[in-house]
Amino acid sequence: MKSDLFKKLQQITEQNLIDIETHKQEGNHAIGFYCLYAPTELAVAANAIPLPLCGTRQDPIEAAEEVLPRNLCPLIKSSYGFAASDTCPFFRFSDLIVADTTCDGKKKMFELMNEIKPVHVLQLPQQQNMDLFLAPWETEVAQLKQKVEELTGKSITTQDIRDAIRLLNRERTAQKRLMDVCKAKPSPLTGMELLEILFKTGFFADKEKGIAIMNEIADTCEALSKNNESPFKKETPRILLTGVPVGLGSDKVVKIIEESGACVVAYENCSGYKKAFQVDEEKDPIAALSAQYLSIPCSVMSPNQGRLDLLGEMIPEFSVDGVVDLTWQACHTYNVEAHQIQQFVTEKLSIPYLHIETDYSLSDTEQLRVRIEAFLEMV
Amino acid sequence: MIGAGIDIGSRSIECAVLENGRIKETRKTDTGFDPIRQAKKLIRDLSFDTILATGYGRNLFEIEQDASTVTEIKAHARGALYSFPEATTVLDIGGQDSKVIRLDPAGRVIRFEMNDRCAAGTGKFLEIMAQALGFTLSSFGAAAASAKKQLSISSMCTVFAESEVTSLLARGENPEEIAKGLHQSVVKRAVSMLNRVSPEGPVVFSGGVANNAYIVKRLRQATDRPVWIPQSPEMNGAVGAALLACND
Repeated sequence: MKSDLFKKLQQITEQNLIDIETHKQEGNHAIGFYCLYAPTELAVAANAIPLPLCGTRQDPIEAAEEVLPRNLCPLIKSSYGFAASDTCPFFRFSDLIVADTTCDGKKKMFELMNEIKPVHVLQLPQQQNMDLFLAPWETEVAQLKQKVEELTGKSITTQDIRDAIRLLNRERTAQKRLMDVCKAKPSPLTGMELLEILFKTGFFADKEKGIAIMNEIADTCEALSKNNESPFKKETPRILLTGVPVGLGSDKVVKIIEESGACVVAYENCSGYKKAFQVDEEKDPIAALSAQYLSIPCSVMSPNQGRLDLLGEMIPEFSVDGVVDLTWQACHTYNVEAHQIQQFVTEKLSIPYLHIETDYSLSDTEQLRVRIEAFLEMV
Repeated sequence: MIGAGIDIGSRSIECAVLENGRIKETRKTDTGFDPIRQAKKLIRDLSFDTILATGYGRNLFEIEQDASTVTEIKAHARGALYSFPEATTVLDIGGQDSKVIRLDPAGRVIRFEMNDRCAAGTGKFLEIMAQALGFTLSSFGAAAASAKKQLSISSMCTVFAESEVTSLLARGENPEEIAKGLHQSVVKRAVSMLNRVSPEGPVVFSGGVANNAYIVKRLRQATDRPVWIPQSPEMNGAVGAALLACND
């Protein structure tokens, strides 16, 4: 039953490329996004498909290193590499690229990407002090709306944005519901399966298809849990993965954790639970979007208390036995923040913690395996 | 119950056999290019009820011999406690890696850090440098100890440090003084890891490099902490694995 749904997911994923092409042939648009901070509602409001372009594969990195320094976050190199080598259909489909000044590396990379395709950069505040920075962020968001209007030739009304917020709220509800099935002991879904579903549905032209399949899988999983069925045992160590985003291709650590006899039950990152918010449907839409999106607790924000709060909630809710904190090489914000996360997890919550720093390549798989196995011996 | 532990490292393989908590026998050999063949040869006529493998070659051994495995972190922690029950910290410097392990009062591993991506600060570094300077590994420490002055090497990388050493020798610099500087750089890296992972308490120093008395001396000076050496420090991983094999 679960496997049938995964087959269905794959079918929709393959059909999706045709759906996007058809959508564009009908005179509509696609807009590429890199970061969770940019409100994708503004694309949806103009009937444009928002496409997540964040690179999760090693292959394009060689092309990127012809221009970018080797000593740079693999996510940035992968993202740029896809663009530079024209090997990502979603980048190709994108009529406009939306970027954010999240970190140093991304900021400068987008300057170079702009030479490949026009990039609209949002100036993201570095702090979540709403009194000081909400207003400038609202200006950025409003400007993005204008840019999308220019691109699509459509006028985006307040109602259009409200409708988009409602749709994406439903999508986020479905994502959260799916992630929450893993709260069961044992989880009916593996960390790799969850990653695959969240990753693939992110590209869907038709969000209703994504919402539907996520709900179907959640239904199946809840039924499995009622019957005490699971790929894991009750004693299988439950791991929460925090830190940088992961996706299909950059899932090495998730694979190793699950090969070593544990299960990843939760993702405290922007690929996972950081998406599980709701945008206020009553307030002025631009204001509501700006406030909610600015609150996302990524390490680019300083300080980043929101991440500690989220971990504090997730760890008991998911009955977590150990925390693995993943940092991509050269990601300074998550790397420095790891120290605070370590203290919080080990001292406040008394749970074993492991910090891993790696890149997308498979060359250090065995070194990671030793560390993860030793960590699981601690759990 | 006779339990054996085998530590299949990247440079050497050690095996320890324990009965009733006492070490009955220890053996070692070079890993060479065929670790499993070497490991099998090492244990060929050894008798034991159960064997546990650790080290970089543990998974190969697990498949070949149908044995269980444990990581070298857990094995070194257990071995250290066998020799020194009050240990809070283990520093292991092996042939190609180094690690620091912090233990809680009950002897459980609570934190660790490994350097297994860079030869600097490992046995390999000392091996290469000894050769470049014309010393044997066993006389390297004494040579370093004998120098009155210390010549520091600036390169962090083993390969570049070797080049630097060659240049210094060509300039007529004193090999013993260079040796002293090289020993200091190994200690410096170890101390840096110790301070990050486990800044206080007595340190059990295991692994082949702990046989170098001058390294031990410099480490004691640099950390100002008790540094305890097990009887055969390179056996520590195997001893720990043997104890764990006996469920001890």
